[in-house]
Amino acid sequence: MTAVEVANLSVCYGPLRAVDDVSFAASFGEVTAVLGPNGAGKTSTIETCEGFRPPTSGTVRVLGLDPWAQRTTLHREIGVMLQEGGVYPSARVGETVAQYCRLYDRGMSPTELVDRVGLRDRSTATWRRLSGGEKQRLCLALALAANPRVAFLDEPTSGVDVNGRDDVREIIRRLATDGCAVILATHELDEAERLADRVVLFNRGRIVANSTLANLRSTRTTVRFRSSTSLDAAALSRHIGLDVSASGDEFAIGFSSTDASMASDLVSRISVWLGSNSLPLHDLNVGGERLEDIFRMLTKGDES
Amino acid sequence: MSALRSQIGAELSLVRRNGEQLLVTLGIPLLLLGFFGSVDILPANTDDPVDFLVPGILALAVMSTSMVSLGIATGFERSYLVLKRLAATPLGTGRLISAKTIAVACVEAIQLVLLVALGLALGWSPASANWFLAVAAVVVGTFAFAGIGLTLAGNLRGEVNLAASNGLYLVLLLLGGVLFPLDELPSFLEGVGRITPTHALADVLADALTSSGVHTGSSWLVLGAWAVVMPIVAARTFRWN
Repeated sequence: MTAVEVANLSVCYGPLRAVDDVSFAASFGEVTAVLGPNGAGKTSTIETCEGFRPPTSGTVRVLGLDPWAQRTTLHREIGVMLQEGGVYPSARVGETVAQYCRLYDRGMSPTELVDRVGLRDRSTATWRRLSGGEKQRLCLALALAANPRVAFLDEPTSGVDVNGRDDVREIIRRLATDGCAVILATHELDEAERLADRVVLFNRGRIVANSTLANLRSTRTTVRFRSSTSLDAAALSRHIGLDVSASGDEFAIGFSSTDASMASDLVSRISVWLGSNSLPLHDLNVGGERLEDIFRMLTKGDES
Repeated sequence: MSALRSQIGAELSLVRRNGEQLLVTLGIPLLLLGFFGSVDILPANTDDPVDFLVPGILALAVMSTSMVSLGIATGFERSYLVLKRLAATPLGTGRLISAKTIAVACVEAIQLVLLVALGLALGWSPASANWFLAVAAVVVGTFAFAGIGLTLAGNLRGEVNLAASNGLYLVLLLLGGVLFPLDELPSFLEGVGRITPTHALADVLADALTSSGVHTGSSWLVLGAWAVVMPIVAARTFRWN
């Protein structure tokens, strides 16, 4: 059985079609990163999978159940972490975790759970006294209280400091290793790159990439180099016939091929063009594309 | 059962922590009864003002807990996405509402004990009181006021709901015939007052606790109508997030 199966899902709000005929699946023991710019349809899709809203059309199955019609049964088995909030400001960390552990009654120890997310010293603190990162840790603990078979985690490291992020990522990785299907919605491409086995990339309500991270990278090659900030990226783009993305003195050119001779030819044309324009060439690098480059290319014109 | 017990504990803990709501639910009714029961400045139409005040203040207490306190707390829970988060647990709507109802009943029981004790200390003598009828009135009144509170909570933003609930509390306090008889009001306001749930509850409580012999059939009808209609309106219009 597939953990999550979405087929031809559309979600509409009045005349607005937020999700348009999307299909994907997520497996047990894997982290599936759901990425996309704001308003791309990620949250609507995930909330449909969580049973918060019915699909306008199409089918969704989580653990073989219809999340809307069978949500009471489903909610015994899934862990949910909202993007923000979810706890009353005067509620204390330890008490809230204990409350959720009793709601699921799956034998999770509140003390161990508080320890696991690194909040032992903040057990008696109220929600309103927690930092942004501590709030995220508490929300993660509440999702783990379900001892879930499927976990929907929305921006789990948002506001968490660098060391804390490593802890949270370790917890997520361990969840997947233990067989849980983790659906991770994030804007942190670096995080998706570190954690995800599979990436589902949304743009304007549709899925524009749905593959393992390795597959996504292997189908494309990027040439990166540094030069002068005065380099006219548009002129270079016209010369080589490919898009050139610029960030300060860093430039990247991606193309759909893994053919080494094509990369070599491209490098030589770039070097000649830079030389003829008296521009320097530093840190030249040819390799598989980073997730960030893939994201930029597939969601061109939209903000992350 | 464990989930329900857990949620009841969480609800009661929330009530305990929200000091400003405890002030409204416990402090204000006790203060009003203590003050107006001690100083004879209200046109009560009875020999002892406390005989008029106790049923009215009991109605006020029910309104404070089941409309204002429940409504405001639920409104903020909605704003803070607490309800949305709980909706993704095995708790379910039925047990959430049951937990809230039991928490409200616990607070009301404490209120009623304290108010009756204060009333007795001030000289109130409910010798021929029909306590069964009084409790039935409180239960029906609780449904009516909870329906109003949850309708506001389920449709307004937290802060707006706070203002609206407190404003409505004040209006119903003044128009409900709780501190003074309705016939002291101008006739058009008296007419409005008679169809408020506050007056209806105060009226049936007065009959139950003092065996006044006043015909309260129309007040039972008014209270019953509020108790049926408002929970339905709340259930149909409530937005969880």
